[in-house]
Amino acid sequence: MMINHPLLGLRDAAEFVYLGDASLINRPDRDAPDAAAAFYEYLHLRDNPAGTHRELWYHEQGDRSWLVVTRNTLTHDIESVELASDVARQQGRDV
Amino acid sequence: MSTEQSQRSQRNRVDGGLIDRSDTRTFEFNNKLLTGFAGDTLASALLANGQRLVGRSFKYHRPRGIVSAGVEEANALVELRSGNLTEPNTRATVTELFDGLVAKSQNHKGPLAFDVMAVNDALAPFLSAGFYYKTFMWPKAFWEKLYEPVIRAAAGLGSLSGEEDPDVYDKGFIHCDVLVVGGGPAGLWSALMAGRAGARVVLADEDFQLGGRLNAETHTLNDQSGASWAQQLIAELESLPNVRVMPRTTVYGAFDHGVYGALERKTDHLRLSEGKPRQVLWRVYTKRTVLASGATERSIAFGNNDRPGVMLAGAVRTYLNRFAVTPGQHVAVFTNNNDGWQTAKDLVNKNINVTAVIDSRDTDAPFELNGVQACMGAQVASTSGRLGLKRITLTSGKSFEADCLAVSGGWSPNVHLTCHQRGRPVWNDTIAAFVPGADLPSGMLVAGAANGELSLSDALRSAQRVVNEVLNDLGLSAPAEALPTTSDSTVDITAFWHVKESKGRAWVDWQNDVTTKDVAQAHLEGFHAVEHLKRYTTLGMATDQGKTANVLGLAIMAEYSGKSIPETGTTIFRPPYTPVPIAAFAGRSRGKNFRPTRLTPSHDWATELGAQFVEVGPWLRAQWFPRAGESHWRESVDREVLQTRASVGICDVTTLGKIDIQGADAGVFLDRVYANTFSSLAVGKVRYGLMLREDGIAMDDGTTARLGEHHYVMTTTTANAVSVFRHMEFCRQCLWPNLDVHLISATDQWAQYAVAGPNSRSLLQKIVDDIDLSNEAFAFMACAEITVCGGTPARLFRISFSGELAYEIAVPTRYGDSMIRELMQAGEEFDVVPYGTEALGVMRIEKGHAAGNELIGTTTAANIGLGRMVSKKKDSIGNVLSEREGLNSESDNRLVGFIPVDKSRELQAGSHFVQTGHAVVTENDQGWMSSVCYSPTLGHSIGIGYLQRGQDRMGEVLDAVSPLTDSSVAVEVVSPHFVDPEGERLRG
Repeated sequence: MMINHPLLGLRDAAEFVYLGDASLINRPDRDAPDAAAAFYEYLHLRDNPAGTHRELWYHEQGDRSWLVVTRNTLTHDIESVELASDVARQQGRDV
Repeated sequence: MSTEQSQRSQRNRVDGGLIDRSDTRTFEFNNKLLTGFAGDTLASALLANGQRLVGRSFKYHRPRGIVSAGVEEANALVELRSGNLTEPNTRATVTELFDGLVAKSQNHKGPLAFDVMAVNDALAPFLSAGFYYKTFMWPKAFWEKLYEPVIRAAAGLGSLSGEEDPDVYDKGFIHCDVLVVGGGPAGLWSALMAGRAGARVVLADEDFQLGGRLNAETHTLNDQSGASWAQQLIAELESLPNVRVMPRTTVYGAFDHGVYGALERKTDHLRLSEGKPRQVLWRVYTKRTVLASGATERSIAFGNNDRPGVMLAGAVRTYLNRFAVTPGQHVAVFTNNNDGWQTAKDLVNKNINVTAVIDSRDTDAPFELNGVQACMGAQVASTSGRLGLKRITLTSGKSFEADCLAVSGGWSPNVHLTCHQRGRPVWNDTIAAFVPGADLPSGMLVAGAANGELSLSDALRSAQRVVNEVLNDLGLSAPAEALPTTSDSTVDITAFWHVKESKGRAWVDWQNDVTTKDVAQAHLEGFHAVEHLKRYTTLGMATDQGKTANVLGLAIMAEYSGKSIPETGTTIFRPPYTPVPIAAFAGRSRGKNFRPTRLTPSHDWATELGAQFVEVGPWLRAQWFPRAGESHWRESVDREVLQTRASVGICDVTTLGKIDIQGADAGVFLDRVYANTFSSLAVGKVRYGLMLREDGIAMDDGTTARLGEHHYVMTTTTANAVSVFRHMEFCRQCLWPNLDVHLISATDQWAQYAVAGPNSRSLLQKIVDDIDLSNEAFAFMACAEITVCGGTPARLFRISFSGELAYEIAVPTRYGDSMIRELMQAGEEFDVVPYGTEALGVMRIEKGHAAGNELIGTTTAANIGLGRMVSKKKDSIGNVLSEREGLNSESDNRLVGFIPVDKSRELQAGSHFVQTGHAVVTENDQGWMSSVCYSPTLGHSIGIGYLQRGQDRMGEVLDAVSPLTDSSVAVEVVSPHFVDPEGERLRG
């Protein structure tokens, strides 16, 4: 597979390490009343879609960027690639 | 042997062809010396010498001959070369003839012509599809001991030498705009047009001679012969700097996003590689791919259609026109299309006797051939001849003499690569074959016969269309060049698959010995689905992957089930297109080179001292340093420990991960990744840190030093250096992207040595420049950026893993070798000792420090007695889930120490604890011993391990049992801090 790195262009997937669902960005608030349940869900419950999936890839053999790759799990078509830090900021992780 | 002699011995050699008669090549087949010419394959040279019988079949040990002239070959598999270069299952049809080639036939016991295993053929009624599944069921124990070994010995293809392959294999990467797969007419034209337009082109062909069918047919293009037209295009392609022509290169797989796998055979055509890479596995990155992989001819199933001499009609033309060999002197043709007639015509033109053309179509002959009997609407029922074809008999009873029967059942486009991304081929009735479907790998276009455009003019037209589309996509303008005028012919096939009135077995898959009867049986027993048919009969599952057999088997199944072929299904193809040696996938990553070996900065010095090394992940570390007179490792290790505790010892600890952390928010960031607090750490101080995973389990530990207001240096364990860094980058970028903090791995940048023991301060004082190391000025857990040896930058940390007064000193890696030598020299007066990982391990067990054996992915902070380190005042990774009830039970395991009641006994790591006298069963298991060593300091064996409620059980005696070694030792529960429990030494 080829991943179109937002900073470096097309790179071979072999340069990356795969983590999993991009929902891992949404780490719950420790001080919320249901924090234990929220952390349990955050850590252990994932959707397993046949189709579009947003997932985290790490450019370990490269510039060490974490990327959010939107990929179709049926065809491996990659719809978009974003810097995970941009996505995190957009999602309000400015703490 | 003179050229004249060698030509005389090659009795089937005819005029013409693309061989070099001035370059005679001598080779050996089954210990018989034969000759051929440069440009021959092993198969063409064997045929030239009249060698029709080349092997025995896999299951029934039937005599078999060459059937094809390409990679689809099912029968002519030979064992090539000898000794450690032996290569079994090599297709003679694609093996270039080199001088000194040695080959042997396979699958027989005794001489090829008198195979004792041929008895299997007489047993054929019992060996049909499903035989093994049904027969070797009972008794169950017999399978492993009796049935399988016997079957394995009887079946199987060639044998391996059992020796290490001495050749070198490489890997490479190519980037291009257009990859052209196949160098036949469509491929050559596409590559030339793309090359002229300025695209970066790679043209790959599996053959050593590009040109494809142009070399095998008698077509003309612009009044030139096909072969010379091809030569002209190849010459121009080779002259273009933006075109890379790769003969002997098989594109074996189409992967995601324009990535292709290709195998280039660099020296397979030479007798010896002489150090050059034998094969190169290429990864090709391309924007567009033109698949011009051609088509493969199919056979027709009829009685005894596996006799040596029965060949594919197109292959007969290849041997005749390209290799100047006639496979027989009296040839008959059996066809269901016009293409078979072309074989008869080419033979007649070379004055070879064609005894008959048998055409299953009940129409007029497409053309008359002088002296050739045409049998229209006729079928071959059987053949005869013990080790080679002599006669054929038609269903009408008529019979003809023939030492070669050229069979044409139509052509199947080579759609393989179009299927590698789950594309499904579709049935085309006009050519009675599957053609590529619409769902192609992205960026791929198909041209020529591969796309079902079987005639030369159609193939070239499709290539023109495809290459124009490619160039348009790439934003390049197509050169204005008219296609050549071609002589042409149409195939005009009427689908015909098998002769129902066959006499004798009719073979569908030669390589796996599958007959029409097996297909019928599969149908009868309900294995209708094509995937079931395949697995039940093993149709198409041999090394040729059914290139000539799959469609035939499918069509016959369709006939039995009364369905159309598309209704019956299609098989999908997966990579590789043809076999790729494991050696090529391994490349240079073999043995020690499987992954890089990392050496510590003191490696050369340690080697000089004769150190024993141990692999620690990718690192080689000194394990101990034996001295003259020491015959057992324990002697060395005990000495290193005692000497360190008595005076001073030095150990290379460079392999620990080092992460440099800088930024205004560095402290806040560390508070969030560590369970304990770091923002409060004073500049110039070091703190032990425990890192949890988000699920609350311990991930890693180490020390982190604060070198400046915004500058920390973290150490990780050797094993987790990479994963901790990855995790911290995740935290930084994905969780807290707005923190002002940056990370860099500095593991390789600093050589680091532990200097431990009561004399460590005195030793270091001699090394450092103008810095007071007294306890007041540089207390336990202090750190500083200093200089040593007159100006060399260094970092000094007062930390201790051994429990002694100790320091770790780091210098830039390039000074690592000098530093260890300086330290050793400075330490001479203290009788300094270098120590390795064993002594390091002994001293940490004596101090009760948890390490890799203790942090095993289920360990909580509480388990190792560090529960209170998890700060509840702040958020950190793992903080919330570490509070889960199940992780905080008082009855949980605690890390405690153990000593044998009888001090002479040795403890064993991995032992489990049961109460004294209790049965050794899982229910009574109370924990396990994680690390043990002989403590030279205490003079007996000690251990640390996990015990339920261990903190409350000091003084209790238990049995440490090891059912594995059938041993049991009475142990007493003690504090894990065996040496200096109050920590006075390290603070002193």
